Amino acid sequence: MNKVMSNKWVIAMYVLPALLLILVLIYVPIILTGYYGLMKWDGIGEMDFIGLSNYTKLLTDDDFWQSSLNSLLLAIFSLLSLIGYLAISLVLAAKIKGADLLRKIYLIPMLLSSVAIAQLWLKIYHPSNGLLNSLLVFFGVENPPAWLAEPNLVLGAIFVPIIWQYAGFYILIYYAALKNIPDSVIEAAKIDGASPLQIAYKIKLPLIMGVIKVTIVLSFVGSLKYFDLIYVMTGGGPNGASEVIASYMYKQAFNSYNFGYGSAVGFALLLFCLLATVIIQRLTRTDDEVEY
Amino acid sequence: MTETGQQEVKLQKSEGSGAGKLGYAILYLILGVIAVLQIYPLIWLVFFSLKTNQEVFNASPFALPADPKWENYATVWTQGNINLYFFNSVWITLVSVALTILLASFVTFAITRMNWKLSKLVLGLFMVGLMIPVHSTLIPLFNFFLSINLIDHPLALILTYTAFNLPLTIMILLGFYSTLPREVEEAAVIDGSSIHRIFFQITLPMSLPVMSTTFIINMIYNWNEFVFINTFISSDSYKTLTVGIQNFIGQYSTDWGAIGATLVISILPILIAFVFLSNKIVEGIAAGAVKG
Repeated sequence: MNKVMSNKWVIAMYVLPALLLILVLIYVPIILTGYYGLMKWDGIGEMDFIGLSNYTKLLTDDDFWQSSLNSLLLAIFSLLSLIGYLAISLVLAAKIKGADLLRKIYLIPMLLSSVAIAQLWLKIYHPSNGLLNSLLVFFGVENPPAWLAEPNLVLGAIFVPIIWQYAGFYILIYYAALKNIPDSVIEAAKIDGASPLQIAYKIKLPLIMGVIKVTIVLSFVGSLKYFDLIYVMTGGGPNGASEVIASYMYKQAFNSYNFGYGSAVGFALLLFCLLATVIIQRLTRTDDEVEY
Repeated sequence: MTETGQQEVKLQKSEGSGAGKLGYAILYLILGVIAVLQIYPLIWLVFFSLKTNQEVFNASPFALPADPKWENYATVWTQGNINLYFFNSVWITLVSVALTILLASFVTFAITRMNWKLSKLVLGLFMVGLMIPVHSTLIPLFNFFLSINLIDHPLALILTYTAFNLPLTIMILLGFYSTLPREVEEAAVIDGSSIHRIFFQITLPMSLPVMSTTFIINMIYNWNEFVFINTFISSDSYKTLTVGIQNFIGQYSTDWGAIGATLVISILPILIAFVFLSNKIVEGIAAGAVKG
């Protein structure tokens, strides 16, 4: 048994194809992106080694920091929206008839491509014939704004389809975690005279804290990486008002042919994501994990 | 829900005070409104996909299409290259998913069934791959495929999709493999079967339920993918729906009916899959997220 199951050739044959793929297509590029950041390079010709110039330029590049700030704002919005998803899940998981169907309906937008969602919401936000402004006019609003053309509104306007897309996903996760809490725990609390709010706040939330932490990382780090939706809806405009790190990187490389500088931006994105993960895990670390 | 739980709901209902009933009604109302918000944009999309521009611009956006223009679909299908993009989406998705599941099954088998020193390290490499932001790999990947002449070649997509979906797929498979009984495999070893026979004739067939979960999740991800294909593919003949509809809409940006029909065609396969496989999808998304 052990001999058959320790055959080195077979192990190599089974593991190496997949391992090679992730090494060559994920790990090597991650390192290379930092390395290319040291180059002046138009993507086609020779690379010129220029040391840390690209990285020092990043530090004083207002457009980069504006896009980083936008990414950070989206990440904070996403974190705050988790509270709403959690509240909905608490209601859904509390013996609501049709909860299973509802959470599936909520999930549907999550299954669509960001491109389709972006195109659909471009139509919803259409200044004159869109769903939103037609509705506003119907309710007597005069001259509703062109949402995606207003620098002050565009980031918020983009966040709405993001909520639309991801709400079902987080509700699904919270719902599954809440359903895992044994009935006996809740029954015991009820017998002790706890109110539904107390049960939610003092018992259910602490019991699913592990899952909540995971979703905090997912939503925050996921938001730092937003690209597709914004690229299609506004291309970062108007005037950079909805530019995010990933779209700025894309523009630098594939539109302006600054592949070296774009790589530096890509490397900064990687560092921000890793940093955010570490910081969130530090902040949310507790000494005793709840068990039941 | 347990039987006592159901009885209790009935008890609560029959004994419920007026205020309790009102509370429940408000909760249902809120949950219902959210469901409508999640669904209505899609219904609206189907409506305007069946309208003429005249109807879109002059009639109420909430109105049903007066005379459904099914020919919008026929027109975009043949004249907008959508049939080609659709076909490309299908085959690129299927080949990538098949390759991902096969390679991931090999790795999972080697990690859970075979004995080797580096298995923990290799598993760690796959799991950390889940956290890498894809955008940070984009420029090096582009350069890599350019240097080996695979830019504008579907193989670049298939390999990239496979690499980036392997970590999640392996994670979902691992959970299932660890619960599979090993007696059959052990008996087969004693009978002198080769490892390949055990893998292909015993383990793989037993893992069919979880393979279908990973299949549907991978299918959704690949079908919706945008960044890689937008970067790697430039000829029309290899474009998939996500990029194809971007192009198409760029050309026909004022024809609402055509845009709507294109979007509906692009999301329909996913919606149909969801109707029949919603439990698998929910399971796959929850498994992927909570452990990630």
